[in-house]
Amino acid sequence: MFVVSYISVSLLIVLAGVRFKESAQPLATLGAGLAAVLSVVGWIVVQANTEAGLPAIRYGFGGWAPPIGIEFVLDGLSAFFLMVVNGVAAIVLWHSAGNLDKHLDAHPPTFYALASLFLLGLNGMILTGDLFNLYVFLEISSLSSYALIAIGSRQAPLAAFRYLILGTVGGTLYLIGVGFMYAMTGTLNMIDMTTIIPLIAEEPAVLVALLLMIVGIGVKAALFPLYGWLPESYTQTNSISSALIAPIGTKVAAYVMIRVLLFVFGASGLNAVLPLSEVIAYLAGAGILFGSIMAILQKNLKRMLAFSSVSQIGYILMGVALMNPIAFAGALFHVLNHAIMKATLFMISSHLERQEESVDIRDFNDSYRVKYPWTMATFTLAAISMIGLPPLAGFFSKWMLALGTIEADNWVLFGVILSSSLLNAVYFFGILEKVYLRRSGQKKASQASMNEVSWGMRLPALILALALLGFGFFNVPLLDILQTLFPA
Amino acid sequence: MMETFIANYAYAFTLIILCVGLYGMFFKRNLVKKVIGLSIFQAAVIMFFVSLASKMGGTVPVKWEEIPVEMIDGYMNPLPHTLMLTAIVVGVATQGVAFGLLVNIWNRFKTLEEDALNEATLEDSRD
Repeated sequence: MFVVSYISVSLLIVLAGVRFKESAQPLATLGAGLAAVLSVVGWIVVQANTEAGLPAIRYGFGGWAPPIGIEFVLDGLSAFFLMVVNGVAAIVLWHSAGNLDKHLDAHPPTFYALASLFLLGLNGMILTGDLFNLYVFLEISSLSSYALIAIGSRQAPLAAFRYLILGTVGGTLYLIGVGFMYAMTGTLNMIDMTTIIPLIAEEPAVLVALLLMIVGIGVKAALFPLYGWLPESYTQTNSISSALIAPIGTKVAAYVMIRVLLFVFGASGLNAVLPLSEVIAYLAGAGILFGSIMAILQKNLKRMLAFSSVSQIGYILMGVALMNPIAFAGALFHVLNHAIMKATLFMISSHLERQEESVDIRDFNDSYRVKYPWTMATFTLAAISMIGLPPLAGFFSKWMLALGTIEADNWVLFGVILSSSLLNAVYFFGILEKVYLRRSGQKKASQASMNEVSWGMRLPALILALALLGFGFFNVPLLDILQTLFPA
Repeated sequence: MMETFIANYAYAFTLIILCVGLYGMFFKRNLVKKVIGLSIFQAAVIMFFVSLASKMGGTVPVKWEEIPVEMIDGYMNPLPHTLMLTAIVVGVATQGVAFGLLVNIWNRFKTLEEDALNEATLEDSRD
């Protein structure tokens, strides 16, 4: 249902774009908005079903019964991720209207057709219940994201090419892993495979398959030593693509990690031979510290945000790898928070890129406060949530993750969370201090006049920032539901 | 030892091709050679899946009167082949995008050598 809406929209854009150049952006936004509404409906239906004790919604394609045919599965986890991805994507696409005239040397219909294809791939990855089908959707979203990243600065195609090489290796390693699992189990259906894995969990071939899949998805999710493609891609690409890809691209890879490791293999299957969950947790912990430290060293706002993404994806994967319901709920809540925060921050960097022609942090001073009152207020909200101060949503996900490390008796990772929150504070307060306190050299702040972007761009960013406040206040019911999603 | 090799020689060769592809991608300094390495790498995976499906003495999976359908050793497994048809399409699309990016890189930098590109990007960031 969701995918059909995206396919039709991306095709429509290509067709309509031939005649009406202006129609692409509203159409793409409409498609994403429709998908967002549908996924909220899906979430409500799934919640009602769970309360009534009904199983997940399964839809087999082409009239074949699921173990043989390909199926789509809508359970609590996929409904949650669909909501996050489509909701954020709709708002980012709405916001992008104001950015079209500048910083985009592409034909708008082409651009929006690619963006819709990218979202189509992500939705497919979330919904599918078949390991090979997942690979196909992974490649659909990856290929369109390479093209989206290549639209940008002079070095953008180079960054996209490097991502393409790494991303394809990752995807192909995942495919080999799927091949091994097919040879061992004779099925590609996730639910079917879950029942077979306990019987063969200690076979060496399964271990190899597991390692290949973790590395393959790890490239896409930017798990610590495999993050190499991410900073350069996010820095060089245009501001619409970075706001679209950064918040949700790596999140969906994290979803695949959750789905394959926790749901298909399960805790016992994952750790049957080697303690892989611990390895992932420590790698993620290293990624958190490394990303934060690199972010402090950056002078370019977009590159700083990219390194902060490396660090934040570490939180999510660490929460997943700790294997307890509290950390799991924290990780899922962080998926939501980080998607909103990163979308907001990249939107703001696009405002600055648009008005100032530069996103160099060293240029920030208190004239920005006068020139961009709304943008800077939004930035402050998102940055405070990123650091994790209550009552913003970022605090509660970090709180749950910290509780999860205590639950797992892992004090090293507890220390990692605390110290990285301090490091986050260093780089975000550094900017806030410049904007609100630092005197500008020649021009007095009072002489600078308001130079704000249009309301069409201010409003989406503001809505996302206020959503952070809202999720912060009403975190308890959501966290309760998220905890029940942990596979028993 | 020898028996295991003869039984699994297809996998051993696939592994060699896989390594050749990886070598091309990560150690060649020319971007076109990297794409060639990429396509070798993907070809190796396709062969891995196809050799997974083959059976000694099996025939093409089309129903044939002399071999009843219940005799599963008589037919090869058709599923990996169909999967690989999709994977080939994905590979072609990937190479298309890769060459598209290469054309763009050439238009902007007039070179496809990694070292020259690194120098050019360093100069860009100095400005």
